[in-house]
Amino acid sequence: MEFLSRRRKLNTNSQTEAYGHALQFYGQPPLENISLSEFETFAVDRLKLLKTIENLGVSYVKQSDQYIKKLESESKMLNFPYRSDMDDRKSQSGPSEYEKRRKDHISHFILRLAYCQTEDLRRWFIQQEVDLFRYRFNDLQPKQKLEFLHRNNLQYDTIGVEEKKTLLDKLVNSSYAVSGITVEDQDFYKVPFQDALDLVRMRKVYLKAGYVYIPHQDIVTIVLNDFRTRLSKALALTARSLPAVHSDERLQPLLNHLSHAYVGQDYSIQKNVGKISLEQIDSLSGKSFPLCMRQLHQALRDNHHLRHGGRMQYGLFLKGIGLSLEQALQFWRSEFIRGKVDADKFDKAYAYSIRHMFGKEGKRTDYTPYSCMKVILSNPPSQGDHHGCPFRHSDPELLKQKLQFYKVSPSGISQILELVKGMHYQLACQKYFELTHNVEDANFSLNHPNQYFIESQKLLGGGKDIKREIDTPQRSQENSAARGSTAAREAAASQNLVEMTEELDSFFQDA
Amino acid sequence: MPSADYDPCCLPDLLPLYYRRLFPFSQYYRWLNYGGLQKNYFQNREFSFTLKDDIYVRYQSFCTQNELEKEMQKMNPYKIDIGAVYSHRPNQHNTVKSGTFQALEKELVFDIDMTDYDDVRSCCSAADICSKCWTLMTIAIRILNRALRDDFGFQHLLWVYSGRRGVHCWVCDEAARKLSVAARSAVAEYLSLVKGGDETVKKVVLTDPIHPFIRESLTVVEHYFPQYALQDQDILGRKESVDKVKTLQQDFQNEKKPETRWKLIKDQALRKQKKDKNKCGQYFEKEIMLQYCYPRLDVNVSKGVNHLLKSPFSVHPKTGRISVPINLKELDKFDPFSVPTISQICEELDRPRTGEEEEKSEDVKENDTDAAEKRKIRDYKRTSLAKYVRYFDQFLDEMARSWKGELLRKSDLQKEF
Ligand code: SF4
Ligand SMILES: [Zn+2]
Repeated sequence: MEFLSRRRKLNTNSQTEAYGHALQFYGQPPLENISLSEFETFAVDRLKLLKTIENLGVSYVKQSDQYIKKLESESKMLNFPYRSDMDDRKSQSGPSEYEKRRKDHISHFILRLAYCQTEDLRRWFIQQEVDLFRYRFNDLQPKQKLEFLHRNNLQYDTIGVEEKKTLLDKLVNSSYAVSGITVEDQDFYKVPFQDALDLVRMRKVYLKAGYVYIPHQDIVTIVLNDFRTRLSKALALTARSLPAVHSDERLQPLLNHLSHAYVGQDYSIQKNVGKISLEQIDSLSGKSFPLCMRQLHQALRDNHHLRHGGRMQYGLFLKGIGLSLEQALQFWRSEFIRGKVDADKFDKAYAYSIRHMFGKEGKRTDYTPYSCMKVILSNPPSQGDHHGCPFRHSDPELLKQKLQFYKVSPSGISQILELVKGMHYQLACQKYFELTHNVEDANFSLNHPNQYFIESQKLLGGGKDIKREIDTPQRSQENSAARGSTAAREAAASQNLVEMTEELDSFFQDA
Repeated sequence: MPSADYDPCCLPDLLPLYYRRLFPFSQYYRWLNYGGLQKNYFQNREFSFTLKDDIYVRYQSFCTQNELEKEMQKMNPYKIDIGAVYSHRPNQHNTVKSGTFQALEKELVFDIDMTDYDDVRSCCSAADICSKCWTLMTIAIRILNRALRDDFGFQHLLWVYSGRRGVHCWVCDEAARKLSVAARSAVAEYLSLVKGGDETVKKVVLTDPIHPFIRESLTVVEHYFPQYALQDQDILGRKESVDKVKTLQQDFQNEKKPETRWKLIKDQALRKQKKDKNKCGQYFEKEIMLQYCYPRLDVNVSKGVNHLLKSPFSVHPKTGRISVPINLKELDKFDPFSVPTISQICEELDRPRTGEEEEKSEDVKENDTDAAEKRKIRDYKRTSLAKYVRYFDQFLDEMARSWKGELLRKSDLQKEF
């Protein structure tokens, strides 16, 4: 490809040069070959970091001391660059600063591939990346900030001395930290108000005829807006080159996995088979099922039927909580034959797909219970479906009614709806967990319906057996050494030796 | 408050007449077509009708003015709402792949409703209004109009009386119509000062320095405050409202006269300002003024691109009043109670014509459709709707002038290259 040869002209030197600054604008994709295992580790680690950012953003005021501290320690733990003043210091152990920056660079681009596929994914990814960028930019020394602007050719219109003089009063009165003297000393940028919405919203800037006048100290707003706009355009472009990615049979499953990934175990390994009896399911569904599963269970009991999407989501969940194949067959059959399906038809039309779920038919793949991300992002329910995530797919008004029906307090409901409005569906679900289990802080970060179930059982002290069996993988989740889901790790390990021959950047062609 | 001459029962009889002979379709189309500068702009616009018995029909859309006219005359909607311009024809929204049918653009709108002021007006409550509290709407319009023009640089603002107890603003500039949801909410929040519901006593808190926007708004409020709040609402005279103000600020010692009480508050504030320069709370006289008079926006209406808002020239089913544009040059004289009701203008239509008009109607028989069109124009001119339509025309002319400027500029640019 001609495109590649142009890129190849950049030599190693320029690549080192590209990591000359702690903060990156991700203008150029990585050019080097990386192994699949590195690919996987980098991606999973960045996903973890972004997840942390999402969680922190809801629990703390962004940029507050605690927020910064937690983010710093997470970056450090995951080997991402985390303190701008680390620049010159030699790190005593662990990867060098160069290694960290390289990881930051490459992992960002891998997630671009995984997260450009749908509007929802893009929006989530952009939001977290923007927050990460804000944290990092604010962390820079003034000198480093200027250097960053310079390096990346970021120039914004400033106003002249005369204009500054005439507007002096207004400029002083529209920003908390600007006084007459500082106005003279610093540059003021004039940009359309649409480019500095945060400042407009909080009335922290002078606004005239559609333009805002931003003192240099608030330049992060403009840079951030620039970052957001570019990233969003870049993702749209990447999405167009996805067919190329999809034809790569090693990359494609990996990327799909990433975009549906959650950071944690995948609940596909059944250690607790047969620990639950069918009679328990009704009461468990009220106590320990997350809303999505409770809804499916209710729908199944009411209609004696579930459509394909619901059967998959619910069936795999049940498998994950410990139903054996025999139990599952009995469970679905007994319900279905109470409806329009007779036993014969059930055995012919449905039993197969249940055995399939357990890997006993067809390709014998062991299907993994869906993670929240997968439920939320793929295959949205349509008319007659009951699957999906109620926090994502129910009309807020309906969700409210449902919550009222489940006796959630009005203040709890409004907290949940607020989270839903901010599109933090899993956090909304976690809030629901806290409210229904009467705990202040759930103490886990929810990303899987089966995890919800296990945590609930732990708290309720029920299913002691289940608890013991599950404990091991649960602990490993907290252990930072074990990264990524078991299945994906294994996949990566077996392909460890396969080098990626294509260069990553061939997926990032500019239009 | 139903007006004396309007009876809601007659609405079904009056609406056909209104839509057949009075509704200003051509201006209406001219507005929403925006000079035809963008393809399918009118065609992809959502209208929704409220029919008899509160039957609500969403996602109506029309290819031409004629189609719109025919449909309205057939359905005779009790109420018309305008929604967004979508990616596809709204009436075909079921046929496009889900997820691709999206609201793309809409005017930036504001909705100010008198019921939101219930805690600070004593003359009426809920849906009722009177000439005293109407001042609140006047203040709201002055403040927002100034800010939207001077601060945000918008030029084409259509202010409309809702027909009952509030006003709407349609910001029609191209830049406004293209604003994202985030931008709309940022604008609305910039413009919101009164925060907190029934649980919050003190709803306005000012901090140093006072932003130029708030200064400007204060100038407007200060102009109306003595007459409106001290005289008309008597907030420092009547017991309950005095108590309310007191919870916001301190005692008046033994002062009885409202004016002197107000002076006391101002003096106290001034003293405090001198004493502790950088503390909060030194602006309480300003905070009180703002809490009582500052416009209360329904931010949610402004935020959404797909939010529906009652259309201008729609009838208010309860009062029968037409939702008319407000000419800001005569804002202080605008009286919601003199806005014509549907029964009034229908009646005016029945009055015998004056001789002059009779004559003219003689020479327009050549072309039938032409004649009908012309007759309709003359029809509304014979009613008290006329001056509102005339003002609407002016508004549209101004917008058209700005497009011409735009087109000229564009073609000039082309020549240069
Ligand atoms: S957040 Fe996850 S567990 Fe909770 S309802 Fe949604 S999909 Fe189910
Ligand atoms: Zn009143």
